Amino acid sequence: MTIVQQIITIAVAVAATVLTRFLPYVLFPEGKKIPDFFLYLGKVLAPAVFGLLVVYCLKNVDFAAGSHGLPELLSILAVILLYLWKKNMFVPIVGGTVCYMVLIRLM
Amino acid sequence: MKKHAAIALKAAFPFTIPILTGYLFLGLTYGVLMSTSGFPWFYPMITALVIYTGSMEFLLVRILLSSFNPVAAFATALMVGARHLFYGISMLPRYRGVGWKKFYLIYTTSDETFSVNYSAEIPDGVDHGWFYFWVSFLDQMYWVAGSTLGGIFGSLITFSTEGLDFVMTAMFVVILMQQWTKSRRHVSELTGLIGSALCLKVFGPDRFIIPSMIVIFTVLTLMRGKLEKNMKQEAAVSTYHSAALETSGAESVQKGGSGS
Repeated sequence: MTIVQQIITIAVAVAATVLTRFLPYVLFPEGKKIPDFFLYLGKVLAPAVFGLLVVYCLKNVDFAAGSHGLPELLSILAVILLYLWKKNMFVPIVGGTVCYMVLIRLM
Repeated sequence: MKKHAAIALKAAFPFTIPILTGYLFLGLTYGVLMSTSGFPWFYPMITALVIYTGSMEFLLVRILLSSFNPVAAFATALMVGARHLFYGISMLPRYRGVGWKKFYLIYTTSDETFSVNYSAEIPDGVDHGWFYFWVSFLDQMYWVAGSTLGGIFGSLITFSTEGLDFVMTAMFVVILMQQWTKSRRHVSELTGLIGSALCLKVFGPDRFIIPSMIVIFTVLTLMRGKLEKNMKQEAAVSTYHSAALETSGAESVQKGGSGS
């Protein structure tokens, strides 16, 4: 690619990304009533999306070979247990990450 | 106004600490990939700033190395960015009435910024608009800083940081747990987890996000009547529980933040 082609490619990627970010706000601008259906979606989509994001983080884990996803699963278990114990964000995130970094070097 | 901004910055920063770690590391990886692919250091810096979607940027490296095809680049970015639609719908009511900051808040929507701004219980007396702004701004700066540093010094890093990216997984798990403890029947959470896992199995790691979104949207739309009834029933009970939970959560994050 030439420099101009590279700039066009980057600009096009920016345009598409901006479109996905702004669309809901363009459809329902300030002052316009948000339909009940979208208010409902606004409440129920997010918890589902967090499930999707967790799966997304694990998408390249191979459960059939290598360490069989054990470092990931054990570290997630550690995160859950630390969360239930401490009920905060910081301890489970640090604890789970340290646990993972140790496990991938051992397994 | 200055005072509002300062108070909100103090309240927002602790929530962004996991993202500081994750974005610096992932941004660094992106910068290294760009520089080892032969692009100058300001490429990762500028793309980090204007595109600001990690997954798209990693794909962009491959796209820039292949032959010129703007239509394919546009379609790829649309697909990768499609989940922003869900974030937009979820943040619609919350981002209302924040004034000039709104444009910036929408522009800097990311998985992590959305997660924090959606789930954080903003302390009393803190201006919501400024809180959202600082989370968005700090996160974007972490990402740009990581990407730029990666582009400049990437090839010099020798110590093993392998596995540090798990910080993002851990953060999403914690936020999912927060959501989980707020509801009794967990229909949304389970739809997201099981639906996406099935789609991952069927469509593979590179194309499962859009099918997952369709499954989530369809299931939650079909179950609207039942779920709205549940929400009303749970409202009284769960407000009490989650309020207690979130207060202790936010406090500990702040303690953890200032202690480190």
